Amino acid sequence: MGSFARKFQKFIELFQGSSADAYISEILTGLQNTAKIAVVGLLIGIVIGTLIATVRVLPKYKKLPKVLNGICSVYVGFFRGTPMVVQLLLFYFVALPLMGVNIPSVTVACIVFGMNSGAYISEIMRSGILSVDPGQMEGGRAMGLSFGTTMIKIVIPQAVKNILPTLGNEFITLVKETSIVSFIGATDLYVAFRKIGTATYEFMIPYLVMAVIYIVLVLVISLLVKLMERSLRKSDRGR
Amino acid sequence: MIEVVNLTKSFGDLQVLKGIDLTIEQGEKVVIIGPSGSGKSTLLRCLNCMEDPTSGQVLYHGVDLTDMKVDINEQRQNIGMVFQHFNLFNNMTVLDNITLAPVLTQKKKMRKLQRSSKKFGKTDAELKSSAQIKADAKENALKLLERIGLSDKADAYPSQLSGGQKQRVAIVRSLAMNPDVMLFDEPTSALDPEMVGEVLDVMKDLATSGMTMVVVTHEMGFAREVGDRVLFMDDGKILEQGTPDAVFNHPKNSRLQEFLSKVL
Repeated sequence: MGSFARKFQKFIELFQGSSADAYISEILTGLQNTAKIAVVGLLIGIVIGTLIATVRVLPKYKKLPKVLNGICSVYVGFFRGTPMVVQLLLFYFVALPLMGVNIPSVTVACIVFGMNSGAYISEIMRSGILSVDPGQMEGGRAMGLSFGTTMIKIVIPQAVKNILPTLGNEFITLVKETSIVSFIGATDLYVAFRKIGTATYEFMIPYLVMAVIYIVLVLVISLLVKLMERSLRKSDRGR
Repeated sequence: MIEVVNLTKSFGDLQVLKGIDLTIEQGEKVVIIGPSGSGKSTLLRCLNCMEDPTSGQVLYHGVDLTDMKVDINEQRQNIGMVFQHFNLFNNMTVLDNITLAPVLTQKKKMRKLQRSSKKFGKTDAELKSSAQIKADAKENALKLLERIGLSDKADAYPSQLSGGQKQRVAIVRSLAMNPDVMLFDEPTSALDPEMVGEVLDVMKDLATSGMTMVVVTHEMGFAREVGDRVLFMDDGKILEQGTPDAVFNHPKNSRLQEFLSKVL
């Protein structure tokens, strides 16, 4: 244990030294990027996922829904069939140069995370929509509301309530997956702590601290999801 | 008002409706009876195209509802429907359940009016603000709730109501759209026996007010008391129809005689 204490001491000293501010700001940037990518990714994912899920449950006796359904199948197939790292690399090193545009790597990560989680959320959302009693849709349609209006006002709010725990899971996955953005040169928690490790030739404590930060993040998210669930359960029996 | 012409409906290989012809007049109370699986609910659901008929026509004020070009949503706003399982919107309070559709459709109408008044320079005195629409819908909803004695439940969620209360709310939810015909799909079949009465009372009240009603039910007492005409269906066809007196007291069809001997 002696060596552990010494290593810990070294880690603490680093933050008392002259370059402490640089390390702290690096960690904060990493934390910020992690949060940004996960939150923006989830929001984009929810929008894409809800759209795809809606297309998938659309009644299919017209041509347009069938075509849309095909497109969505390909989309979901691609994003679920390849690792997120590969998607990130493809987007950053293949798609962007081909289009000839230059986008900061954090923004790229936000977009790719959004598109990826969109594919997963579409399946979560679809099961959520299917879990809502078909009578709810009938009730809305019988009042003369359109399919879309009934979906937005009645079915999706109830679906979201049912899938909130799964959606929370997806968000947690996204937070953890942000540790791959260093592949395209963006700063995240991993990059920040690797720098600290490299500076001291000592990786044990930095990576341990990094793990603790991730765990705290995930615990906070779980708590928030629980609180949200509780407030959404208002319309249930017995409160 | 509603005219059904040679209507058939199949689910896959199973033909549920085998050519129905039916005319329903304004203000008429039509009660449809028959054994389970005879197609009576399917017929009712075809009247507002909740089920798309396989062939045949459903004419509502002369408009063919089976025509894909007809805006079915607009037509359904005038055709109220009450379901066996209530189908109240679980994520909304009773008040929101009642006001949702009226507010949304009114707003849409206002937008249309605004557009046309801009285009043609007409000044429409009818233009209402969305706040006004909401206030009016709420007032109307509270009035309706008072009529069925559930004013105190306006802010409750459907899950906090009893079955009978839910069905009464479902009825006034449809009424809030000011429909000119109401369809009832076994409205009392999912209720505890002691709650059937309160729902039937609301329906009788509605019948006295002159509403056109089409009711699928197993409540023979109700059919006898309220119906102007009783239809007996079996095996996808209307086998006999007539006044309650004729159908219940002097049945001609042997299948109907057998049915009545079991249920009466």
